[in-house]
Amino acid sequence: MKTTNRAVRTGGLSIRLDVRALTVVLLLIVAALVASVVLIGTGDFPIPAADVLRTLVGEGNPGQEFIVNELRLPRVLVGLLVGASLGLGGALFQAISRNPLGSPDVLGLGQGATAGALVVIVLTSGSAGQVAVGALVGGLVTGLAIYLLAWKRGVHGYRLVLVGIGVSAIVTAVNGYLLTKSDIVDAARAVVWMTGSLDGRDWDQVWPLLALTAVLVPLVLVNARGLRMMEMGDDVSYALGVRVERVRLLLMVAAVLLTASATAAAGPVSFVALTAPQLARHLTRSPGPNLLPSLCMGATLLVVADWVSQRAFGAEQLPVGVVTGVLGGVYLLWLLVSERRAGRI
Amino acid sequence: MLVESPPEQRAETAPAPPTRRAVRAFGLLLSVVLLVLVALASIAIGAKELSLGQVWHGLFEDSGTYGDVVVAERLSRTLLGLLAGAALGLAGAVLQALTRNPLADPGLLGINAGASAAVVTAITYFGVTSLTGYVWFAFFGAAAVGALVWFLGGSRGATPVRLALAGTAVSAALYGYLQAVMIMDEAALGKMRFWTVGSLASATNSTITQVLPFLLTGTVLALALARPLNAMAMGDDTAKALGANLNRTRALSMLAATVLCGAATAACGPIVFVGLMVPHVVRSFTGPDLRWILPYAAILSPVLLLGADVIGRIVARPSELQVGIVTAILGGPVFIFLVRRRRTAQL
Repeated sequence: MKTTNRAVRTGGLSIRLDVRALTVVLLLIVAALVASVVLIGTGDFPIPAADVLRTLVGEGNPGQEFIVNELRLPRVLVGLLVGASLGLGGALFQAISRNPLGSPDVLGLGQGATAGALVVIVLTSGSAGQVAVGALVGGLVTGLAIYLLAWKRGVHGYRLVLVGIGVSAIVTAVNGYLLTKSDIVDAARAVVWMTGSLDGRDWDQVWPLLALTAVLVPLVLVNARGLRMMEMGDDVSYALGVRVERVRLLLMVAAVLLTASATAAAGPVSFVALTAPQLARHLTRSPGPNLLPSLCMGATLLVVADWVSQRAFGAEQLPVGVVTGVLGGVYLLWLLVSERRAGRI
Repeated sequence: MLVESPPEQRAETAPAPPTRRAVRAFGLLLSVVLLVLVALASIAIGAKELSLGQVWHGLFEDSGTYGDVVVAERLSRTLLGLLAGAALGLAGAVLQALTRNPLADPGLLGINAGASAAVVTAITYFGVTSLTGYVWFAFFGAAAVGALVWFLGGSRGATPVRLALAGTAVSAALYGYLQAVMIMDEAALGKMRFWTVGSLASATNSTITQVLPFLLTGTVLALALARPLNAMAMGDDTAKALGANLNRTRALSMLAATVLCGAATAACGPIVFVGLMVPHVVRSFTGPDLRWILPYAAILSPVLLLGADVIGRIVARPSELQVGIVTAILGGPVFIFLVRRRRTAQL
């Protein structure tokens, strides 16, 4: 295989740079920004891209300023942050479980967060903010439960996945029960929430997400080195000086926090966490966990999917989760077949 | 399944010593007694309690009293529980033998999700409202997804993890579709949110007569597969040497499992874990011989399903907890326990 790594040495500092991965990250950031500008311009009141840019730097007319800054910018920002969190969380889970299908969707984190949200929606008919708190708590509790149940002198990848599947089945039953207990109005609201939607998101959702990602992303990236070594197996990475269980616990907590907060903000948008790391890996052609490319890919995917959901279905707008679900389903089938052919799963 | 049995137990596929056989036959008899007791409980217990005398009266001396009406109502529910339970248990046992995988289960392998997706499609896009129509759609969905998961899981090279993951992935995709349909069509949501949890409450006599032929065919087919599946458990090469037709056995097993699950799911909605749990429990005292596992599973699965149904009626009085919810809440921990007990090398 042609290597794309370059060593950069200046004085005492020496870094290995993967040029291809870096290019992919830059291109994805550009794509995400372009998609965001287009998305801000899309809606019942279309705004040309040039006007969007002018308004963003503070030189638009008052009408456009209100629409862009108060209505559409927060929605796009939530989309970017949620996509980035899901992409990174998914990459972490797939690396930890050493399985391309070990995404938070499959492991039951989405269902756990849904259970938390459904409790709030069905039992108290609570506000959107309370629903978000419920989802966050549900996701965190489920993540903790899966980790503890999969623990047996360490957490093995396959056991993690299978325990996750079991937990997910239990929680799905609880969700089904809550749905039958609700009246039809709450049930309809719950189903929309369960699909994942960016409708009506404002600055109140942006700030907590931004703060959390600002803390967690650097923390994760610093520990990425250990994760890369852990792909060679626990024993080898021990020998190389990685404290395996500690790194794994730290990264899992970070991944659960990222996923749970993203789910709290937008609902369990399906398949982004599963597909973003895979797509990123295909682009970078690098075997490692590809954390940063996955993050950028997740953000791009979600914003593009939101644009598709607004454009493709015309008057009856579907939540963004439906688009990611349909695209993800097709992609998943292809992934299963190709991974099997390559003998990886 | 056979992965965990020590070699000396495996030899038991040869005719067992007479005392052992007597014990197993006695156990089977005991299971039948247990089944009768649970069935009686299922008729007696509910929002309106009935005494055993009233149950007897309602079953055999119909005189049109209030108690008799309640008995008639609960009788069809109990019958459906018996049939669907037996079907799910048999399907689980056959799938576990076929895939040589102790974690195989119609719910886990996505067959239930396939049936659900097909039924939603039938309700929303084809305006089907009768169970007669559901059955065919559920069959089609179950068969299509069963084949898909089997193929994606690696067909002949299928391993436990591959099949479980393929099943979960396909289920996830199908549930995504389910949600999209329910968002767009509130009427479908109204129907489906009750159907998808799996319940025996809507059982009527016409439901039963509708699914009965399929369930009986599937049951006979499954029981007839005990011998060839036993041979296959020894490994493909040995089975071939013993004269088993591998491809035919595989195809017939998938067919039996699909018919049984499709019919059961069409009648009561997707119910998970019955097919996983019961064959496991049974295997722990019968050993790996499917000629015993299958009848035991067919009798003990309805015990579990009806038991869960009765529990669901008791814990949430005066309303009730759907049986699919109770089985998942009981079965999930068992599944996790099995995963934990197993050595990781076997997964």
